[in-house]
Amino acid sequence: MSASPLAALFLREIRVARRIGGGGMMGVVFFLILVTITPFAIGPDLNLLSRIGPAILWIAALLSTLLGLDRLFQADHEDGSLDLMLACETPLELIVLVKCLAHWTVTGLPLVIAAPLFGLMLALEPEAFWAVAASLLVGTPALTLLGAIGAALTVTLRRGGLLTAILVLPLAIPLLIFGVSAAASATSVTTPFMTPFLILCALTLGALAAAPFAVAAALRHMSE
Amino acid sequence: MLKYANPTLFSGLVAKVLPWLAGATALAFAIGLWGAFFTSPADYQQGDTVRIMYIHVPAAWLSMFCYATMTASALGTLVWRHPLADAAQKAAAPLGAGFTFICLVTGSLWGKPMWGTWWVWDARLTSVLVLFVIYLGLIALWQTIEEPSRAARAAAILTLVGVVNLPIIKFSVDWWNTLHQPASVFRLGGPTIAASMLWPLLVMGLAFTLLFTTLHLMSTRNEILRRRLRRLAMQAANGGEAARPAHRLTMQEGSR
Repeated sequence: MSASPLAALFLREIRVARRIGGGGMMGVVFFLILVTITPFAIGPDLNLLSRIGPAILWIAALLSTLLGLDRLFQADHEDGSLDLMLACETPLELIVLVKCLAHWTVTGLPLVIAAPLFGLMLALEPEAFWAVAASLLVGTPALTLLGAIGAALTVTLRRGGLLTAILVLPLAIPLLIFGVSAAASATSVTTPFMTPFLILCALTLGALAAAPFAVAAALRHMSE
Repeated sequence: MLKYANPTLFSGLVAKVLPWLAGATALAFAIGLWGAFFTSPADYQQGDTVRIMYIHVPAAWLSMFCYATMTASALGTLVWRHPLADAAQKAAAPLGAGFTFICLVTGSLWGKPMWGTWWVWDARLTSVLVLFVIYLGLIALWQTIEEPSRAARAAAILTLVGVVNLPIIKFSVDWWNTLHQPASVFRLGGPTIAASMLWPLLVMGLAFTLLFTTLHLMSTRNEILRRRLRRLAMQAANGGEAARPAHRLTMQEGSR
């Protein structure tokens, strides 16, 4: 064990996510199902679908990111490893950051990779593919970090899933606004791509800097 | 001032202050409503519909003021772990949701004749709706976590995270130039609203603030009482062991 504790934690998270099953694949399958049911709900009009496609992909990403999150700290709370993390020398904020990073690698990254494929099904313009993928690549880490706040607040509750969504979704609205407008602007002539995209980057950097502190505070207070 | 942070002293102070506050609230409402309905003129474009403003604008101020109060209490909870801050925080959430709801409903009633629609996805309307949803989420969090002090800390963290929405609401009309009109009372260069309409509005703002203060103090006191009841009920459930340790000792000695 020469690796640093944080690297070990990262590997452990990935291993647990892979072995427990579901993990990343389940998120992608859920993403696929959400994308599939939308044309049933609004009709298979390709023009309409290509217009609202980026929004559908973003909402699907938002929901599938949130769904996996309720177990982020709960499993560790139940088997006691959270207490070890709270007690160890490594700052809890860094541990939280690494856990979120691992969770994003397992659940968020597959969505980013799958998004162009699903964009094809929603009849997106080819130049919109990379815009959707880029906006999701930048935006999903922030979704994971915000969701981690909700997951930490509900860590001791038996059924925290729905509450996590209620707490986190209002906070995710700015990300949704700028993510969708960045994704949609690739095909429009009126709005430039970079303006919403850079704001999205700023929001993600802000979340990266601030959310671990909120999550760590929540974990400390909730597990007392 | 700080000695009133003691819940018992606080309850005593509230009992003394409350009749005066309630009276002042009634008086301010009487003057404000009289001004709003009788002395202020109808708008030359909007007609009598403009009178909705005397409810709508104070409710909007209070919806944000209430969140600010909650944020201050949240700091009290997290930094000083003070039970009074917990109670103040819990009491403010439903009040804030109520004021936000009044703001949304009156705005909608005004929007139908003026804008021709009950609702638009305008920046300010949307951000106030988000504030309403945050209040509902906080209330849900309070109801879900059973132990009061733990619920208080969870709600405090969420309140502090959600405070980013306040500047967005305040400046939404300046940042995004949409349907909702920009600020006309508190702005650089003085209010743009006629004096005959301004004074009833300010009196109504005062009345709403007094109403909030009255309700908040009452509700905080109720929360303190509710916590005492809970503690007593738990002691009773434990067979009074925690309540009377000395008594238990003598019983044990007696049984020996």
